[in-house]
Amino acid sequence: MVIPPETQHGPSRRRWLAGALAVGALHTVARAQFRVEISGVGATQLPVGVTKFRDEDKSGQSISGIVRADFERSGVFRIVDSNGDFDETSRPNYPEWRGRGADALVAGSAARMADGRFDVRYKLWDVVKGVDLGGQAFAVVTADLRLTAHRVADAVYEKLTGDKGVFSTRIAYVTRVANRYTLRITDADGEGGQVALNSTQPIISPAWSPDGKSLAYVSFESGKAVVWSQDVLSGDRRAIANFRGSNSAPTWSPDGSTLAVTLSRDGISQIYLMDPSGGNLRRITQSSAIDTEPVFTPDGKQIYFVSDRGGSPQVYRVGTGGGNAERVTFSGNYNISPALSPDGRTMAYVNRNGAEFKVMTLDLGGGSVRTVSDTTDDESPSFAPNGKLIIYATRAQGRDVLMTTTLDGRIRTRLLSSGVDVREPIWGPFGR
Amino acid sequence: MNAIRTSLCVALVSAWLVGCGSSVKLDDAAPVVDAKPNPAGGAGAAGANRAGTGQSSVTTVDASKIDPLAAGNLGRVVYFDYDSYALKDEFRPLIEGYARALSSAKTKKMVVEGHTDERGGREYNLALGQRRAEAVAKSLVLLGASDGQIEAVSFGKERPAVDGHDEAAWAKNRRAELKER
Repeated sequence: MVIPPETQHGPSRRRWLAGALAVGALHTVARAQFRVEISGVGATQLPVGVTKFRDEDKSGQSISGIVRADFERSGVFRIVDSNGDFDETSRPNYPEWRGRGADALVAGSAARMADGRFDVRYKLWDVVKGVDLGGQAFAVVTADLRLTAHRVADAVYEKLTGDKGVFSTRIAYVTRVANRYTLRITDADGEGGQVALNSTQPIISPAWSPDGKSLAYVSFESGKAVVWSQDVLSGDRRAIANFRGSNSAPTWSPDGSTLAVTLSRDGISQIYLMDPSGGNLRRITQSSAIDTEPVFTPDGKQIYFVSDRGGSPQVYRVGTGGGNAERVTFSGNYNISPALSPDGRTMAYVNRNGAEFKVMTLDLGGGSVRTVSDTTDDESPSFAPNGKLIIYATRAQGRDVLMTTTLDGRIRTRLLSSGVDVREPIWGPFGR
Repeated sequence: MNAIRTSLCVALVSAWLVGCGSSVKLDDAAPVVDAKPNPAGGAGAAGANRAGTGQSSVTTVDASKIDPLAAGNLGRVVYFDYDSYALKDEFRPLIEGYARALSSAKTKKMVVEGHTDERGGREYNLALGQRRAEAVAKSLVLLGASDGQIEAVSFGKERPAVDGHDEAAWAKNRRAELKER
């Protein structure tokens, strides 16, 4: 990450510090469906200028606005005064931009092509070094302009921080208003929401396929818990686990070849593997307790799961071929809802301590446990595909809301949706 | 209603000609005089002697038209303690009643729906609710129903009976509901 050395800023340093302090307080950005509140930002943020893309007004999307909002929401960047007419062919006046406090500058354009598509271009400059860092061009249909803005944000984010961005990924979650439930898919910023399933009965446990094309979920529409698999684009779906009793907790293996589910068909909730079509069923846990909430390791060789075989729910792991399970959580007497980071090194989960349910992380190598949440009614953590963020559901001011947090808990955003309870978030994969 | 009926049965057994089903021992002395009809007179009441047409007559109560699985007749909800799926004694008569009804009508089917209160994760609570439903289903089978007559399912914490965030509400949500199919 490019951290501004103090000596290089001179008179603008005071402005930079003032800006950093201002963002340290609560910063609210109003959006159509979600209200984003950023609090607890770290002491250093990278100041970036993002100017209005030439002709973006004519495209119908504020491309630069989406990029700026992505950067602000990440907590990693701070937007400086970005007024002015620039595009990717401009030659920046570096001293002027340093005067505005910028370390980096993004400018671009969105030109309508003869076939009706848009030619979106951007360029990134390192203002401190006075260097052109390159850019990209995209030819996209109108419907993909939002996605393209997120792709610009991802590319700049990766260039400046070294980490892959997740602005162009999607999340799925469940909403509830009275007795209406929806399974909804939005961009990672909560915008562009589309409904995958409408129901008057509960929907729980959505799970993305690794290619991002399908969602598995549990629906109670038939009067009990049944696992469905649905193609996101077409809406085609089938019930893949509808055995006697309850069918739930679907999760895909990293190579997409297998699903793990929890079935009570043998009289007790146990974990089974199956093909994505629902066939080739095999049971991999053999306890007389509750075994549920399976999740595959990134290498596909093990499954982490929740079991109360020891008397209270704890997280265990077992090889995908079955066999002896090994306990993984040892602090506290109630640990559930495991989620594994893409590099396999960190597990997020929910710990109950007294009446408080909190998202924690466990370093799977060293064993250290860390609290990342400042709320007390947390559920269902899920990692972003770059491993840098966790999204989870919690309760605040009487509403179910979604939160994202960095792994160190220092940068959190709260996604509120007025009038609607939101829960069960699951972060989609790269590669849309 | 169930508790009142039980205590009425107890009272009647000691003093009256009885009609309270299986709680009667065959060698209990049944007084011949002072025979009065069962004042509870509930739909599930078995035969009771009735005064009117001499001392030898018997009035038949036709229980075959009464549906013992109808809601409200036997009660249909079993409640549980926190983090527990143990069946409490007070619900034993309810479960025995359903088991008898199922055992005597082999084509009847039931579903047992398990629930939890709102605290805790959704999937773990789905499994806890399932365990409650299975406990009730197993009891029904032990007491005479066939395995194929009952399906145990769970709604976890998704369908509370009572909205509220205190123990009074939670206690009403930790339950298994018995429903005819």
